[in-house]
Amino acid sequence: MPREADAESNNDTSKVNPSPSPSPPPPPLPPRRKLSSEGPIQVATARPTPTTAVTPIDISTLSFPDGSRGTFSTNAAQGVSTPAASGYATPVRDPIGAGDFSDSMSVMSLAPTLPPPGDLASLVAGDLTRKSRAWNLLRSQAETAEPFESIELGAPGELAGFEREFDEIPDDASDDTRLAIWKSKMKHYMILSSAGKPIYSRHGDLSLVNGYMGVVQTIISFYEGANNPLLGFTAGNARFVIAIKGPLYFVAVSKLGESDTQIRSQLEALYMQILSTLTLPTLKNIFVNRPSTDLRKPLEGTESLLSSLADSFTKGSPSTLLSGLECLRLRKSHRHALNNIFLKNRSEKLLYGLIVAGGKLVSVIRPRKHSLHPSDLQLIFNMLFESGGIKSGGGESWIPLCLPAFNNSGYLYMYVSFFDGEPAEGPSAEGDQQRPVSPGNDGDGDGDGDGDDRNEDEDEDEIAIILISPDKESFYDLKEMRDKLASQLTKTGHLALIRAAARHGRPQVQAIAPGAQISHFLYKSRANVQFCMSALASPPPSHHHHHHPPDHTPPAATATAAAAAADQLLTRRRLMSLYHELHATMHAKHAHLRVLHAAGADAASLAWITPVAELYCVAGPHVSRAAMAQGAARVAQWARREEERLFIIGGGVF
Amino acid sequence: MADSGNAPKPSSSVKLVLLGEAAVGKSSLVLRFVNNDFQENKEPTIGAAFLTQKCNLPTRTIKFEIWDTAGQERFASLAPMYYRNAQAALVVYDLTKPTSLIKAKHWVAELQRQASPGIVISLVGNKLDLTNDGAGDGGGEEGAAEDSGDARKVTTEEAKTYAEDEGLLFFETSAKTGYNVTEVFTAIANSIPETSLKTARGPNASHAPSRTEEQRVNLNGPRDSGAKDSCAC
Ligand SMILES: Nc1nc2c(ncn2[C@@H]2O[C@H](COP(=O)(O)OP(=O)(O)OP(=O)(O)O)[C@@H](O)[C@H]2O)c(=O)[nH]1
Ligand SMILES: [Mg+2]
Repeated sequence: MPREADAESNNDTSKVNPSPSPSPPPPPLPPRRKLSSEGPIQVATARPTPTTAVTPIDISTLSFPDGSRGTFSTNAAQGVSTPAASGYATPVRDPIGAGDFSDSMSVMSLAPTLPPPGDLASLVAGDLTRKSRAWNLLRSQAETAEPFESIELGAPGELAGFEREFDEIPDDASDDTRLAIWKSKMKHYMILSSAGKPIYSRHGDLSLVNGYMGVVQTIISFYEGANNPLLGFTAGNARFVIAIKGPLYFVAVSKLGESDTQIRSQLEALYMQILSTLTLPTLKNIFVNRPSTDLRKPLEGTESLLSSLADSFTKGSPSTLLSGLECLRLRKSHRHALNNIFLKNRSEKLLYGLIVAGGKLVSVIRPRKHSLHPSDLQLIFNMLFESGGIKSGGGESWIPLCLPAFNNSGYLYMYVSFFDGEPAEGPSAEGDQQRPVSPGNDGDGDGDGDGDDRNEDEDEDEIAIILISPDKESFYDLKEMRDKLASQLTKTGHLALIRAAARHGRPQVQAIAPGAQISHFLYKSRANVQFCMSALASPPPSHHHHHHPPDHTPPAATATAAAAAADQLLTRRRLMSLYHELHATMHAKHAHLRVLHAAGADAASLAWITPVAELYCVAGPHVSRAAMAQGAARVAQWARREEERLFIIGGGVF
Repeated sequence: MADSGNAPKPSSSVKLVLLGEAAVGKSSLVLRFVNNDFQENKEPTIGAAFLTQKCNLPTRTIKFEIWDTAGQERFASLAPMYYRNAQAALVVYDLTKPTSLIKAKHWVAELQRQASPGIVISLVGNKLDLTNDGAGDGGGEEGAAEDSGDARKVTTEEAKTYAEDEGLLFFETSAKTGYNVTEVFTAIANSIPETSLKTARGPNASHAPSRTEEQRVNLNGPRDSGAKDSCAC
């Protein structure tokens, strides 16, 4: 299957890869332009002309608007041309997707009323002829404050006890105590078979939750039997959401106020993880042959992956919320050169190649015919960066895994190696570093110095090379590719560049839009299925940032450090709760909202959606709508200007 | 051949595979050997990890290319890929867990059936620190197994007898304390027959694709030439 791409790759490579790395790179992906007729998405060159033809389906597919997207802008589940991912795959994604899609539809249905529809940033840039209703709303808002949809935000304090959310339930306590602790958790994820066999629970060992699972199974089965599947219900302050996937029941219990759609997409991700371990045919076989099978054995070892996924949702995952991924901000010319080095060293056995730094995508190469799906990348990133196994192992890893959105019926083989340790470069290798790489001549301003957040919860400078092949015997080929690639990246200085960019962290709002009163934002480029955000380090509502995270804490103050960590956890969750609420409102069925302002006791927020972008901002409670709108506009302007640094547009195609 | 043109000490690569039930401490042994480190709560290996480490012998240097495989059942079918051309294998069990020795015996049998005839196999009972012999002399006091919090469930005698019968090297180790870990690898290095080394790859791990006998990758034939059946002990 993926091999087929090779035939085509030759003539492509010559076009995509016109010049060797160090020389000033050619304009981005020039050859792609001719292809734009193939697909609805136009080539994003220096100044992409956005289009409303971004179908909702594309939104769930990581594809690059380089024309190649036309080859898979089918249903998300069967997006890749793998015959194996036949009809059976579709139910995998659809229940979720459909919700999202129709939501997106409702937003985008306004598009026809727009003149040549403008994207967020270009509107902000002041092209009068291309103002959207959103912009008009926003502008009028700045003056009158009326046309905005407003909502009240949930009261703070709902997160009491959240800092203990991830603590283990002690084995030695009495059953009553353990049950009380279990009940106090704000988020549960449970997986059971339709026969009622427990498979997974995030909290509590299965003996503790067995009874509950039984109850859940009875309830779900009752509705199933009545041909009226139960999707969710509310009990007290807990929302139960159920997703049924063939022989498996997925249940989430949330007291965090997420919407059903949001929760269901989290359950979907857990299901994807199970498929990734087993593949769909295997899962089917197991249950066809023995419906009462205990799935825990075949899933052995997957539990920790499920838990790290679950915890990232509970902590709040922008990537899951926005179904997009985050890239490392790099100069366009640097990224281009990187791609070229990557392509030049490509092994014949390669399907996908990724360079990832601290959970952010740095570079991708892929066959023209195959794109990468955010949900698959999420599984990979979770395995490599959230759960400890691979990283701590040292050395190189060779991992069989199924990427269900790519092909849920078979395994691929993933070579992973992390660059270890400190290089020779100093810690803040900014700008003035030695420059074996030709300085970026991509015409955009320097823009450096706008980030200062070096210590978020991820290890920002963990850099990994990930090489994926369908051939299980290709380890040594890929290792050889990696070794060549690594030495060239080191020699040309690109590794140092990546490291510096990773350390640089996410930008502070103040650096992007000095004086703006916004304290945090998420910006999603819908066309690129990617997002960017400002530094998480500081709490959104009360204080404005610019303080460094406490990385100079004296060693003795471990208690303080723990408190700070708990504080940060809470801050992040509060922020993400705000975003979830905004997002849910904007994406609610039949919501035709383009702009939403929300005020709460401890924060104000603003959401703004156009056909090509979504922007969510948070500010302190007393920040006026006008000030927020203005801040949002400036962030959007920045994102627009930096688009080709913030997002991977095209990637390396072979 | 591969060794020609080398500096003072001849150096050769030895491909070594670790096999054994999940959680017996394979990765921990490797971590101890390669980094002299130990992690209390090591996560299970997914797939397999590849590491290298040199071992200096008086007359030559052995560069181990180590495949640390996952013990979980679901990865078992991939194992042949790793042991097919291995010159050495560490079959590990947890001496506080009898079932893990049974699993180890299965691996030994499989290796004897399927792996290179000359493969040097070492049976390793790990987690010695949990027994009364601790990281002491490793001597077996089987009688003490029942009392005083000794977690040993597999006697030295039993495992050793089995190892002798099968012609395996045998060690009891603790990845946690480091006891006997280097010894295992050194013993293996010493036991690799010279003939087998002759055919070993050159010292660089990234094999040259131009090489004609491409045994690491293509694995068409089950064997590289070299050692006849040779008992390591
Ligand atoms: N007390 C003690 N614990 C050990 C020793 N070696 C490993 N462990 C622990 O046993 C657990 C499993 O160790 P691993 O090294 O991951 O075992 P493994 O054989 O690699 O397991 P898989 O990768 O799943 O096959 C970890 O919690 C280790 O800390 C030892 O010598 N003594
Ligand atoms: Mg292991």
